[in-house]
Amino acid sequence: MAQIRIENVRKDFGAFNAVKSSTFTIEDGEFFMLLGPSGCGKTTTLRMMAGLELPTSGEIFIDGEEVGMKPASQRDIAFVFQMFALYPHLNVGKNISYPLISQGMPKAQATKKVHEIAEILGITDILKKPVGGLSGGDRQRVALGRAIVRDPKAFFMDEPLGALDAEFREHMSEELRALHDRMNATTVYVTHDQLEAMQMGDKIVVMNHGVVEQFGVPQDIYDWPATKFVAQFIGSPPMNFLEFRGMVGNGESKVRFGDVAFEIPRMLDGANGDLTFGVRPEHIKLDDAAPYRGEVAAVEYLGTTQIITMKTSNGTIKARVPSSDVVKVGERTGLHFDARTISMFNADTGQALKSEANEGVLTYG
Amino acid sequence: MSFSVTEPNKSTKWFAGLLVVTYAVVTIIPLLWIIATGFKSPADSISYPPVVVFEPTLEGYVNLFTDRTRATDDMLEAAGPPQTWYDEIARKRGTIISGPSRYGERFLNSVIIGFGSTFLCMVLGTAAAYAFSRFRVPLKDDLLFFILSTRMMPPIAVAIPIFLMFRNLGLNDTHLGMILLYTAVNLSLSVWLLKGFIDEIPIEYEEAALIDGYTRFQAFYKVVLPQAATGIASTAIFCLIFAWNEYAFAVLLTSGTAQTAPPFIPNIIGVNGKDWPAVAAGATIFLVPVMVFTVLLRKHLLRGITFGAVRK
Repeated sequence: MAQIRIENVRKDFGAFNAVKSSTFTIEDGEFFMLLGPSGCGKTTTLRMMAGLELPTSGEIFIDGEEVGMKPASQRDIAFVFQMFALYPHLNVGKNISYPLISQGMPKAQATKKVHEIAEILGITDILKKPVGGLSGGDRQRVALGRAIVRDPKAFFMDEPLGALDAEFREHMSEELRALHDRMNATTVYVTHDQLEAMQMGDKIVVMNHGVVEQFGVPQDIYDWPATKFVAQFIGSPPMNFLEFRGMVGNGESKVRFGDVAFEIPRMLDGANGDLTFGVRPEHIKLDDAAPYRGEVAAVEYLGTTQIITMKTSNGTIKARVPSSDVVKVGERTGLHFDARTISMFNADTGQALKSEANEGVLTYG
Repeated sequence: MSFSVTEPNKSTKWFAGLLVVTYAVVTIIPLLWIIATGFKSPADSISYPPVVVFEPTLEGYVNLFTDRTRATDDMLEAAGPPQTWYDEIARKRGTIISGPSRYGERFLNSVIIGFGSTFLCMVLGTAAAYAFSRFRVPLKDDLLFFILSTRMMPPIAVAIPIFLMFRNLGLNDTHLGMILLYTAVNLSLSVWLLKGFIDEIPIEYEEAALIDGYTRFQAFYKVVLPQAATGIASTAIFCLIFAWNEYAFAVLLTSGTAQTAPPFIPNIIGVNGKDWPAVAAGATIFLVPVMVFTVLLRKHLLRGITFGAVRK
């Protein structure tokens, strides 16, 4: 198993710049998520680590060794494709043993190894079957089997659950995480599904337009987004933005807009101009006594909670409140924001302003 | 009566079946006629109205494979009794077999040139199609169009320049010359067809193989080729049929050593009067290799081997 380090990696496809100078480190044994919308460069980054694309510039280290220009076959890594990519002309057992045979392992030994793996994945009964007729889940298991059979230094997975239906995806993601915990293998996992990333990852890198927006553990990223993009991309519904023109001073713990002063974490940064006040839906309380007012535009009932859409003078926001609160469309009510959870952003650059609360978390990558 | 979108009703099926059978009969009749003519006597072959029921004879085949001289009664007597069954057939017409005809050689030429050019076409075509399909080739679209454009005129339009070129290169009437020529004509078709087939093969297969420890060439050889078998087989059939049946270039560029069967068969007509059974026999035998080849590769044409292995 291995540590993987990416330094200033850049990738251009002709005039198109897919990845701009990314730098981050994946520690040994980590389950690492590359998260971002489609076209953000996450798959390209993964493929460069795997050796399926060569970086235009920058360095990639696996286990301390620079591998940027080495072919995939020499990196001792395994890759699980979204489309599984099982060899259609071979049966299940042969698919799994393929990488062993290619390394020159004697057949008997390979067969033994395949059976061990099949045992772990619970697919011993289908080893002789052709891959054509398998269900999505079994194909996924075979693809995993082919990856783990070799004990590679790292696993790279490109949206491996993307082709499964929703119900089964849940189950497979648990299985995957359990498999990772047992083998303790460094795993890099690409996904565009923020829930999947939060649920499974030890660490997350959020990418957008080829840029690493933030890098850290899921909770830090959720609580203290480094950019407006991260704040919007993670969480459902995403973080609310109240846009205003004003200022916030270094060392202050109040910000004023809409004739109301809001408490915020003490700032370590000052800014003047277009600012954004960010608050997660679950940190909003409906409180008739609160001075900041909004009008209820819609109510979505979700069982234990409900999502209230409100119009305010600084934009539309969504609040997650208990279902027991009685809320009617058209009502005007006061809004209370949990002061400890507020993020402030510079609206022009999209970057979060440093405060005592997020100081330790912010990493721009 | 129930109605189903996917399952046609009985009368529709009957009608479709009837159409297929009618079409088959219409296309097969000339073929059957040629095969039957090969077994007719010269008189039966030109009788009017045409005979459908006749006494079969191998005379056409004997005439096809032998050269004969017309003999006087004295000569026949001097030659003694016929040694073999084909001697006997020749004697009945008052001729003596003087040796084998050149049909065998011509047929062999057809085999060498047809299969040789098909093989070369497949090797070059698969390699080119793979490159066009997988790599960022500079000016890819222009090159592909250029390759296709070589097919936009009938090949025979360039017969004279090719004739002059071949004469200067000493390729006139050689096997190599004909193989190169047919390969050149067929290559554009095979690149385009094969590129389509290779495009259909998900690139993930090769990438999986690359990661599993294979080189690019091994991945191509062990993963792409088996997947492309269907496409290669059908393209090979197209190439072979063209090279096998080609007439105009063969007439123009070959005369002796490298002459193929198509220009030779009509020659038979002129040798000893209008010997239609021999012509028909030549045509019948000429059909066999392509039919065998097609039947052998048929299972590749029908088998969808990538079915279900990749989810789309």
